[in-house]
Amino acid sequence: MTLAVWCLAALLGGCGAVARFLIDGAIAQRLRGDFPFGTLVVNLTGAVLLGVTVGIALRGSEAVLVGAAAIGAYTTFSTWMFETHRLAEDGELHHAYANVVISLAVGLLAAVLGRFIGAHLL
Amino acid sequence: MKYDSRELASIFAGGALGAVARVALGRLPVAGAPSWPWITLLINLGGAFALGYFATRLQERLPLSTYRRPFLGTGLCGGLTTFSTMQVELLKIIDARHYGLAAAYAAVSVLGGFLAVHLASALVRRVRALA
Repeated sequence: MTLAVWCLAALLGGCGAVARFLIDGAIAQRLRGDFPFGTLVVNLTGAVLLGVTVGIALRGSEAVLVGAAAIGAYTTFSTWMFETHRLAEDGELHHAYANVVISLAVGLLAAVLGRFIGAHLL
Repeated sequence: MKYDSRELASIFAGGALGAVARVALGRLPVAGAPSWPWITLLINLGGAFALGYFATRLQERLPLSTYRRPFLGTGLCGGLTTFSTMQVELLKIIDARHYGLAAAYAAVSVLGGFLAVHLASALVRRVRALA
């Protein structure tokens, strides 16, 4: 990888994180309550997008920049786990389980959907 | 909606650093079973531990109003760890019909990530209780 690609990866990673913060905030503001819908929506939309990059068979630097840097930074594992932990700690076990199961199951479907869109519709 | 531009800049800087670190780690040659996504798993568990540590510490021990939480938590840990890559890896493992491996990867990620946050939070709170 050239220095330019590394710099672009940093730029796109930063943009991905800022996009996550803005979308999470916008959703959390509209859907008040204990369930972390913001992170869920970010992660599911990110799974669709990464699926699309697989469907259109993105390779090399493009895959690193779009897939790993931008979409990878947009979605988050750590916040998903942190929010699940705090739900469980607050006694909201149903929400904690739901947050794990919905993310995993719908996340997989989202990746399948994205891959289908990338392979057949784009 | 109004945003704090310094907060956004902190998140951008953390996310840039986290993403570059993840891309760099992803280029390491890995020995052992090629089908098991070690790198993503270790990055995600490490990032979950770090977020549990930073978020608990900054939320419960230090005064707010700094830009450390957006930089370290939302930016660095959020940008370092990834949900989408994990889901696509799961999909590829399922495509290869390694169902047991897929179930194990999902279970180890979720249980490990939860445990990592739990341990990091407990560590911060224990230090606080001693102080």
